[in-house]
Amino acid sequence: MTEKWDVLGHELVPDHKVLSKEETKELLKRFKIGAFQMPRIRSNDPAAMACGAKPGDIVKITRKSPTAGKVLAYRYVIEG
Amino acid sequence: MRIAKMIDRIDFGLMSSDDIRKMSVTKIVTADTYDEDGYPIEGGLMDLRLGVIDPGLRCRTCGAGARDCPGHFGHIEIARPVVNIGYVEDIYDCLRATCRSRTCGRILLSDEKATNIRKEIESQKKEGGRWWEISKKAIRDASAVETCPHCKEKKIKIKFEKPTSFNEGKNRLTPSDVRERLEKIPNDDLLLMGIDPLVARPEWMVLTVVPVPPVTVRPSITIESGVRSEDDMTHKLVDVIRINQRLADNIESGAPHLIVEDLWELLQYHVTTYIDNAVSGVPPARHRSGRVLRTIAQRLRGKEGRFRGNLSGKRVDFSARTVVSPDPNISINEIGLTEYVAKTLTVPVRVTEHNLEDLRNFVRRGPDAYPGANYLMSPDGKRYDLRYADREELANNLEVGYRLERHLKDGDIVLFNRQPSLHRMSIMAHEVKVLPGKTFRLNLSVCPPYNADFDGDEMNVHVPQTEEAQAEARILMKVQEQILSPRFGGPIIGGIQDHITGAYLLTKRDTKLSRDDAQQLLASARMFKDLPKPAGKEDGEEYWTGKQIYSMLFPKDLNLRFKAKICENCASCKKEDCEIDAYVSIKDGELVTGVIDARAMKALDRCEILDRIIKDYGTTAAKDYLDNATKLSIASAMKFGFTTGIDDEDIPTEAIDRINEAIDDAKEKVKKLIEVYNAGELEPLPGRSLHETLEMRIMGVLAESRDTAGSIAEKYLGLTNHAVVMARTGARGSMLNLTQMAACVGQQSVRGERISRGYKGRTLPHFKAGDLGADARGFISSSYKGGLKPLEFFFHAMGGREGLVDTAVRTAQSGYLQRRLINALQDLRVEYDGTVRDDRGYIVQFVYGEDNVDPSRSEGGKSVNVKKILSQIVGD
Repeated sequence: MTEKWDVLGHELVPDHKVLSKEETKELLKRFKIGAFQMPRIRSNDPAAMACGAKPGDIVKITRKSPTAGKVLAYRYVIEG
Repeated sequence: MRIAKMIDRIDFGLMSSDDIRKMSVTKIVTADTYDEDGYPIEGGLMDLRLGVIDPGLRCRTCGAGARDCPGHFGHIEIARPVVNIGYVEDIYDCLRATCRSRTCGRILLSDEKATNIRKEIESQKKEGGRWWEISKKAIRDASAVETCPHCKEKKIKIKFEKPTSFNEGKNRLTPSDVRERLEKIPNDDLLLMGIDPLVARPEWMVLTVVPVPPVTVRPSITIESGVRSEDDMTHKLVDVIRINQRLADNIESGAPHLIVEDLWELLQYHVTTYIDNAVSGVPPARHRSGRVLRTIAQRLRGKEGRFRGNLSGKRVDFSARTVVSPDPNISINEIGLTEYVAKTLTVPVRVTEHNLEDLRNFVRRGPDAYPGANYLMSPDGKRYDLRYADREELANNLEVGYRLERHLKDGDIVLFNRQPSLHRMSIMAHEVKVLPGKTFRLNLSVCPPYNADFDGDEMNVHVPQTEEAQAEARILMKVQEQILSPRFGGPIIGGIQDHITGAYLLTKRDTKLSRDDAQQLLASARMFKDLPKPAGKEDGEEYWTGKQIYSMLFPKDLNLRFKAKICENCASCKKEDCEIDAYVSIKDGELVTGVIDARAMKALDRCEILDRIIKDYGTTAAKDYLDNATKLSIASAMKFGFTTGIDDEDIPTEAIDRINEAIDDAKEKVKKLIEVYNAGELEPLPGRSLHETLEMRIMGVLAESRDTAGSIAEKYLGLTNHAVVMARTGARGSMLNLTQMAACVGQQSVRGERISRGYKGRTLPHFKAGDLGADARGFISSSYKGGLKPLEFFFHAMGGREGLVDTAVRTAQSGYLQRRLINALQDLRVEYDGTVRDDRGYIVQFVYGEDNVDPSRSEGGKSVNVKKILSQIVGD
């Protein structure tokens, strides 16, 4: 069991990406919110770990949607 | 509106003993309430300083009479402290997380840890997070510590024994000991445990004074015979005072320790049940009759408690309730009210120069003549009751600026509701129509959203009183605005039952109408239009087809193509050339081919035509179409005649013979299967045991035999049969219902299996133990019409009972689920930027529903209907 399993490579796991500082600022401004008012994700979540997210980061999740094609969601990374 | 004071914030906390004494107007010392003359005793529970409830007496605190005195608190000084049952868990938390030393009393966490926790709590509070969960963790950590980090005192494990006692090792901690310890905890440490010392100190969770609520809270009632009956809370307070007195006396006289302890315990019991009479481990206090007393917690808790029963849900003015009955002649937007209701419920109207003369007449007619008015308000706020006032004089003096509470009249807007209000279509706005009779009348098409029928259902009416409320109701809540359900993006209001059969009878292929008949139909649908050109001549007489008449309902440029309900799903569709006329084609508002049935106009079904009209032509056009189409359908059903009876399920003897043959074949097959099984030669299905395999095979064979029986019967049940017309068009019932009546009922089941319980190895004593045959396990080969054999009847009752229990359980469970969902989701809303947020501004969804589509404005849940756009552009 030495081979590392690539979580993000799985079909059912949507694409996770950590936002840069500027992107984070832009996002919070766009929604007029503080980071704490966002949905959260734990830093020990397998997908969060796989994309290298640290507490305080914001993760962008790109999901497939049967109605809208592509959907963007954001998660605030918390300790956990 | 003038605001005297603005609420900035609300603190919730505990009351200290001093707070309780401060708000008290008197100490209560005697357990007696009234003297022999029925006059309240001073220092008793009905002391006149606590407020008055009997008319004539005056409150000795505020001087007001029974009507105006709000009541005032008193207090009881108890001889020994007792634990407040509402906070025992928190007392336990405080005890186990702090040092036992008399000199220390600190929380069992090092200063370093404490600062960390403090910081974490601060940051969570700023973010609006769940800071108390950190406190909970702090308490858990502290209670695991063995020695105090501040004074090195060894900890002795404290055990909490429900409901109210605490033991430290072998020693029992009395409430006095507990209180002493709680007093020691410093304010700074309290914050770590989630207690704000500004509003609560832990020792206040141990009572030394019991507040006595005002008499207005616990009024006594006098029965006609003059006997007084006291409120449950008064009874309980009497108990508290009695035991408290005995305890005090015994302490005073230096009684043995044991006796004092016992009385103390008893006092704890009475104070506990006074606060909450449903604590587990405490026998509930009872009335002399054996009835359980309703004390403080019981008044607040549960469905009929103060919160759910009186604050979240109130009884309201301007409402009416009675039985509902159908009226196919009124619009779906209307509601039939009785004159009595219209005369009792009123709308306030402002007097302006435009309506002055008109309203004068309303004043003159007064409360008894309809349409009149009940009250008149002058600009200076005076209120005239038109029952007693000089109406002629008031009418003549009527000026601009008065407000008149006028009877409801035709065209007013009211809200109509049927419980359970499960979705937003359970409350819709209707226009008033005053009709004779004593019931509320509603159009049959609005039955599905309300889930109403007329077997005795009652419904409620509410009258919006302000212009804003009326406008909102008209624009947002009117029935025509609610035709499309937000649940699936299709019409929830549409034709039902006879509307479907009527439309089918009118639009099927061979329907030909003479000029008289055609005009008669149009007139009964209130469509006063000219007939189109006749479809042709027969025996020298002009005739019109039903399709022509029905087409007159459509907008002139309606184009639509779909398959009707009666469609048999042939491998290759012949479209317009369909033998059974199941391909509906509407070209430029003309029904060219196809019949109108459930697919075209049934509520909750596809409802294609109404769906198209409402989405392309608007709600008013849809309302007009539905009103006219239902009337036309009913008129057609009456013109052509439509009836059903048990002879609709008659099938010829040869059919019965064939059915019996098929069933006998199946039973024979079952017998063979059992033989194979008994011989051990049955091949098990993957993942199934041998027995399961047998059961599945048998069920398969029997289900198939019922279907065969059904299809044999169906061959003899054609579209000339009215029951079949209803089933095939989707108006009511299914072909399965019919074949069960005509041919064979089929297998009865309990928990998805053939019936197998009852006796050892058999269902009933009429069978051999171990008999696995069709008859022994609940297969009914008879038809409902032919009649069930006694054993079959019994099996049928078993299956039927399970269905009954299931529905009962399901409604209870889904009701509770619904309540929890509503509580969880009630504060969510879609903001203007398309995000879904809760009341704190927390984002729940970044894009509403992932696609920003309102399902009630969508095409069956999708934002675009490609098929429709294509046919519009390409032309087919």
